[in-house]
Amino acid sequence: MKHDLKPSRLCARDILRVGAVGLRARRARVVLSALGIAIGIATMVAVVGLSESSRADLMAQLDRLGTNLLTAEAGEDPMGQPIKLPKNAVAMVERVGPVQHATATADVDARIRRSDVVPEERTAGVTTQAARIDLLSALGGEVDKGVWLNPVGERLPTTVLGAVAADRLGITRTGETIMMNDTRVVVVGILKPLELVPNLDRVAMVGFPAAERYFGFDGHPTTIFERSTDASVEDVRAVLARTISPGNEAGVKVSRPSDALAAKAATDEGLTTLMLGLGAVALLVGGVGVANTMVISVLERRQEIGLRRSLGATRGAIRLQFLTESLLLSALGGATGALLGAVATYGFAQVQGWMAVVPLWSLAGGLAATLLIGVVAGLYPAIRASRLHPTVALNAT
Amino acid sequence: MTVSSDAVIELRDATKSYPGGVHALRRVNLTVEEGELLAVVGPSGSGKSTMLNVMGTLDKPTTGTVRVAGYDVSELSDSRLSALRARHIGFVFQHFHLAAGRDAVDNVADGLLYAGVPLKERRTRAREALAKVRLDHRCSHTPNELSGGEKQRVAIARALVGDPRLLLADEPTGALDTASGEIVMELLHELNASGTTICVITHDNEIADSLPRRVRFKDGEIVSDARSGARSASRTEEVGS
Repeated sequence: MKHDLKPSRLCARDILRVGAVGLRARRARVVLSALGIAIGIATMVAVVGLSESSRADLMAQLDRLGTNLLTAEAGEDPMGQPIKLPKNAVAMVERVGPVQHATATADVDARIRRSDVVPEERTAGVTTQAARIDLLSALGGEVDKGVWLNPVGERLPTTVLGAVAADRLGITRTGETIMMNDTRVVVVGILKPLELVPNLDRVAMVGFPAAERYFGFDGHPTTIFERSTDASVEDVRAVLARTISPGNEAGVKVSRPSDALAAKAATDEGLTTLMLGLGAVALLVGGVGVANTMVISVLERRQEIGLRRSLGATRGAIRLQFLTESLLLSALGGATGALLGAVATYGFAQVQGWMAVVPLWSLAGGLAATLLIGVVAGLYPAIRASRLHPTVALNAT
Repeated sequence: MTVSSDAVIELRDATKSYPGGVHALRRVNLTVEEGELLAVVGPSGSGKSTMLNVMGTLDKPTTGTVRVAGYDVSELSDSRLSALRARHIGFVFQHFHLAAGRDAVDNVADGLLYAGVPLKERRTRAREALAKVRLDHRCSHTPNELSGGEKQRVAIARALVGDPRLLLADEPTGALDTASGEIVMELLHELNASGTTICVITHDNEIADSLPRRVRFKDGEIVSDARSGARSASRTEEVGS
């Protein structure tokens, strides 16, 4: 006569519907407690997104500029005297097998003034360098206005200004003249910023022959620039100093300009970790907010719990209802936060001129964190709700 | 294990004691047959609320046997008791306990939620139940758009929607004005006439007297159990006591 009394399980859709009941009835509180989670997730997604975007931008820059450029600078000998690189240093470097391209610049002792009415003591913070005409292509630089030095120009009193130098001298177009020592020199070109060798931005460049002829330059290069195949950069680096200045290798400082950019990508990591930590704290506070909301929700809804028990809800069904509510609450915050974080990343990247990168793992991680918080925050209130005795719950005020 | 198959409720020497020596029920014996309409009546503190909880399987007796719809309550786990309530018992409370912000159909449909009925069928049956309590014109109204009497009729529909073997009404007219209360009582009579077993818990003698069977409680004990046939006799008996 009796059939087995097996409690029915709610289907997934009913579980969600019942879980959402409590949220729909208290919208303001839901928004506020979801906001805590949203802020935490938004911070984390945006921090990861921004750091990835900036890194991606640096990597793209490195790709564009290449990492195969080495520079060798004349330093000091053990006695502290500046050493001179041999005049044929470029030719010697070119003889090293994997080297594809070698060129040089040299310090020239020529003081720069805007015009001859400026007193000689007041220099413009711009120095003079002699440059070989293949320098620009070796560095991957570009001319902003005018032209680069050519085989004719390198013999004449003409100069090409770095971007910063032009700015400091107040020169916006070619054809103007500046004073180098007492020689009037015509500006034939202005360069765009050189990303790999930014110190050349502050320099006025003249040809080697012109430097020798007008400014008493001795023809010894100061810095050698060299590009080789990517695979052989380290090999070339090992022999570069010895090749340039045999017997005086210690006086030659070899460096890889792209390392500075790579280091920049790495230094961001500390800050990113710190910001992620802050995001995690915000998330934790948000989780506490959700737990608090759920505890209050259970207290306020004891009569509802009693009613549901009288309608036949098992303890498990009540537990599941409040757990679902907590999960929905934090998922709402998490989804909003992920959206805000992504939007913030796109907005900031747009301003910086970067390509926005929002890694999928950061979104997935945010979602996982959200669900974890939902469960942890909801578990205690849900268990409390399920342990309420039906008659006590029904008679609660 | 002798159970008459048509007894909806059967209490045998049921007691309910609370810590501190409070005896809410003392060796109560009561049998409610299929199709009965009875009142459990008594002043507050008489144990009638405990009777409601015990008959509705919301609480187990301390000693004695309680059978509801043929199941021995003390033998069932909490989740099986829940299933028993979901399928065989409908509750009507004094304060309705309707969900604010959800319309009458959804409130009534919740009466089937834990019996494993799919949503579409729940809603269809909810509309039918609302028609039974003559509220089919109020289906899409939320509780705060309904009068007290209408709210209680929605609550009755929710209790009815699962075709329970037993409908327990706890002071169903307690929060209503006289006119609404009369409509609700009329409705209970109608439902009983169409076969539902109904037990009304009340402190109101007038309401109790309108029902065919009256079980009077005092201090946790049944002091009288009278049926309609002997209505006038029992009334004089009480007046005399």
